[in-house]
Amino acid sequence: MSAHQPTAAERFLQGIIPENPIYRQLLGLCPTLAVTNGMRAAMTMAGATAFVLICASVLTSLIRGLLKPHLRILVFTLTIAAFVTIADRFLAAYMYAMSKQLGPYIPLIIVNCIIISRCEVCSSKQGVFTAAADAGGVSLGFALALASIATVREILGAGTWFGLRVMPAVWPDWVVMVLPPGAFLTLGLLLGGANWIRAAREKRRGASRAA
Amino acid sequence: MSGIAAPEASPGPRLEVSPGPHIARAGLTTRRMMLDVLIALAPVTAVSIYLFRWHAILQIAIGVLGCSLFELLFARMRGRPSPLGDLSAAVTGLILALSLPWSAPWYVGLVGSLVAVGIGKVVFGGLGQNIFNPAMVGRAFVMVCFPAALGAAAYQMAGDGAAIVTQATPLTAAKQLGQSAPLWPLLVGTVNGSLGETSALGCLLGGIYLCLRRTAAWRIPLGIIAAAALLGGIQNLAAPAAGWTVLHHLAGGALLFGAFFIATDPVTSPLTPRGMWIYGIGIGAMVMFLRAYSGYPEGVVAAVLLLNGATPLIDRFTIPRPVGGPVPARR
Repeated sequence: MSAHQPTAAERFLQGIIPENPIYRQLLGLCPTLAVTNGMRAAMTMAGATAFVLICASVLTSLIRGLLKPHLRILVFTLTIAAFVTIADRFLAAYMYAMSKQLGPYIPLIIVNCIIISRCEVCSSKQGVFTAAADAGGVSLGFALALASIATVREILGAGTWFGLRVMPAVWPDWVVMVLPPGAFLTLGLLLGGANWIRAAREKRRGASRAA
Repeated sequence: MSGIAAPEASPGPRLEVSPGPHIARAGLTTRRMMLDVLIALAPVTAVSIYLFRWHAILQIAIGVLGCSLFELLFARMRGRPSPLGDLSAAVTGLILALSLPWSAPWYVGLVGSLVAVGIGKVVFGGLGQNIFNPAMVGRAFVMVCFPAALGAAAYQMAGDGAAIVTQATPLTAAKQLGQSAPLWPLLVGTVNGSLGETSALGCLLGGIYLCLRRTAAWRIPLGIIAAAALLGGIQNLAAPAAGWTVLHHLAGGALLFGAFFIATDPVTSPLTPRGMWIYGIGIGAMVMFLRAYSGYPEGVVAAVLLLNGATPLIDRFTIPRPVGGPVPARR
C-alpha cells in the first residue's frame, strides 16, 4: 500500500469539485438522469443518498478490520441496503407523495456506484473521521451536480424553481426538458461546459507557471 | 520494420499522396451544392408563400436568419472563420422553416434553429461531422418541446384570410376522420400542411432538378418512393373503401419533400449505391409504418432520424467489392 493516505480535509474538499462524482467520475448517472426534472425531487434524492453514503461509510470504516477481501463487496452492499431500506421507509412514512414520485429510484440507491466506490476507495481503508468527511464531501458534490442539472431542466421545462414561478407567465414551457431526452441533453451540455472550464483553467495555470 | 526507418526530414522533392480518383471537378464545392438545394426549394417555397402569405415569409425569415445567426455565434465561440459563405446554414434554416406549420409562434423557429445548428451540427464538430440531419434534429426537438404549437390542431386555425388554413391537413383528416381527399389539390398543393410539404408537383420539380445536377443521389428518393408506393398499395388493397390510393399516400404529407430534400443530405446518408437503396427503402417503409401505426399522422422526421443513425452501419455492411475482386485471404 502507498504510505500516504489523504487526510480528512483533503478527502472532503476533493469530493466536492475536483473529484465530483457526476462531472469528474461520471458515476451514479441513473438517478442523475431520472430524478432531475425538478429541484424538489433532485434535492430529496441528494438527501437520501447523502444519508446512506455517510452512514454506510462510517459503518464500513468501523468494521474495516473484520473485512475479508473476497467478501468485501458483499458486505458493502448489505450495509448500504440496510440504510437504503431505512431511507425508503422514512420517505414513505413522512413524505408519501415524494416517495411515490421517486418510485424505484430510492431502492435503487443500493446499486449507486458512488457509494460502493467510496466504501472501496476510502472508508474500508481509513478511519471513521476521514471516512465521514469523505462521504460528506462526495454527498455535497453529488447534491451540487444534481442541483445544477435540475435547475436548468426545471426552469426551462416548467418555468419554475422549487415549484416557485421564476419565468414570466408568457414563457412557453420546453416540455422536452422535463422528459428523458432533456436529461441527456442537459447532462451532456453541462459536462461539456465543465470540461471546457477545466481545460481553460489548466491552460491558464500552465501559462502562469511557464512565465 | 527496420528497413523503413528513414531519417527524419530529408530535403528533396515533395511527394503528394492523395486517394483516388485524381480527376476532380474543381467546381464541385459545398457552396455550389447548397445553392442547388436552395434553387430546388424555390418551387415549394413559392407555393408556400402563395398559400400562407406573410406567415410563410415570417417562418422562413426566422429559420434562415436564426440558423445563420447561431452558426456565426458558434463559429465565433470556437474561433473559426465565418462559415456562412457555404450557405449550409441557410439551407438548414429553410428546410427547418418549411417543415413547420404556418401557425408556429416565433420562438419555435428560433429554438429549432438553435438546436439544429448547435446540437444537430456544431457539437459533432461542424458541417460534415454530424450524424443526424440538423434540420430534422431541430424539428424533432421542437416537436417534443412545444406539442401544443406543433400538433395537428395547430395547423387549422380560424380567423385568417386564407381559407385553406381552416382545413385539417390531409393526413390528419384521413387518420382521425377517415376522410379521403381529391387528388388534384394534393398534387398542386392547395391543401393545408407544413409550409413546404403541400405541393407534390413542386417537390417533384425541385427534386428532379437536384437529381439531374447530381447534388442528390437519385437512388435514395427512388427507394423511398418505391417502398412507400408498395406498402401504400398493399394498404389500399387491404382497405379499398377508404379511398386512399397509392398516389394519395405519395402526394399527401411530407413524403416527397422528405425524400428529395431531407433524406438526400450527403453528410447523413450512405455513400455506397447499395447502401443508398437500403437507406431509401428503409425510410419509405418506416414512414408508411409510422403513418399507419403511430400516434402521429406523419412520420418523415422520425424515419429520417432513425435511418441517419443506421447510416454508419449500412455503409460498413455495403463496402463495394474493389476492382479485380476481393483481396484473397492470406494463408
